[in-house]
Amino acid sequence: MARDGGVSCLRRSEMMSVGIGGMDSPPLDVDEVHVLAVDDSLVDRIVIERLLRITSCKVTAVDSGWRALEFLGIDNEKASAELDRLKVDLIITDYCMPGMTGYELLKKIKESSSFRQVPVVIMSSENVITRIDRCLEEGAEDFLLKPVKLADVKRLRNYLTRDVKLSNGNKRKLPEDSPPLTLSPDSPDSSPPPSTLSPDSSDSSSPPLSPVEIISSPLSSPIDDEDDDVLTSSPESSPSPVRRQKMRSPGLD
Amino acid sequence: MDSLAAQLQMQYRNYILSLYQQGFLDDQFTELKSLQDDGSPDFVAEVLSLFFDDCVKLVGNMARALDQTGTVDFSQVGASVHQLKDSSSSVGAKRVKGLCITFKELCEAKNYEGCVRCLQQVDIEYKTLKAKLLDMFMFEKQIVQAGGIIPQVDIN
Repeated sequence: MARDGGVSCLRRSEMMSVGIGGMDSPPLDVDEVHVLAVDDSLVDRIVIERLLRITSCKVTAVDSGWRALEFLGIDNEKASAELDRLKVDLIITDYCMPGMTGYELLKKIKESSSFRQVPVVIMSSENVITRIDRCLEEGAEDFLLKPVKLADVKRLRNYLTRDVKLSNGNKRKLPEDSPPLTLSPDSPDSSPPPSTLSPDSSDSSSPPLSPVEIISSPLSSPIDDEDDDVLTSSPESSPSPVRRQKMRSPGLD
Repeated sequence: MDSLAAQLQMQYRNYILSLYQQGFLDDQFTELKSLQDDGSPDFVAEVLSLFFDDCVKLVGNMARALDQTGTVDFSQVGASVHQLKDSSSSVGAKRVKGLCITFKELCEAKNYEGCVRCLQQVDIEYKTLKAKLLDMFMFEKQIVQAGGIIPQVDIN
């Protein structure tokens, strides 16, 4: 669950059994984009998850660079056949995170033979040109200024569907403005999400809390404090933030 | 339409507008509301709930960090301020975010008195916002109970 600070998604082994047509088929709908979101802030994880779900993406949200690498299997010594099944179409990560920054995560991903082709997008609340340039030079596809809005995510989604890599490795060109592709005819929200937002409510099986009850209920279990390392002080930001983006075609090195 | 529902809707509309006009909320809150739908009717409430949890935790961290007899580690205070600034920005809590920006500058200037005062303001501000938003949700509940639908409020 997103709340416990760990991997808010089905475990990889569970993912293997979720799919169409049995064990030999890809675990995820080939037409659905799978996004790995990395952010140490729980609030931001929930929001980005929602934004991505609305744009018909499957989302896995983790709270640190280490967990992202763990999820991808980059840090894993054992070569796993499961890695072939693990389809990640986009990685979106916060820049300022304790432990491993988004920039460091970006570098590790670009160093990995299995995942260097996956587009990586950096999010930051600070509009620092040197930071943006550094990330883009290291191979980031795009840089989003927080707070991230639906329009930002929709733009990402559009350029992603132009070059969706199918699990069999072929690049497939799709119309840029086509509606989100899924095999199921249902709207994005009706498909069961791989993660739940909160342990207390929003399960369809338990009676939902009203908004008043949700906000005024006593604190849930304390948010995991493990990753509360001291952040380095961030550089000054310019007074009028400009959304600086640079589009690079995925696939060009 | 039931006149009670219509009255409540008007009051609700005015209430929401006043929250924006008084600077409690900004367009990111509007954005969050637009992400809510029948499939996820409690999305805003859930995000806000997590945000207020964050406030409690981070304000606690800041208070502890400032309470060190001897040298205060301002970078530690600043780290929590940064996180709160990010969270408040993500939910559209405009006043809280504004205070965090000021707070951050005070941390960088290692202004102890300033930090302590600012922390008190942050504490008051997030609690005030929480009370306002609880009222907002209460309005929504009353409207629905009166048979009305919650109006979309056009901020512009």
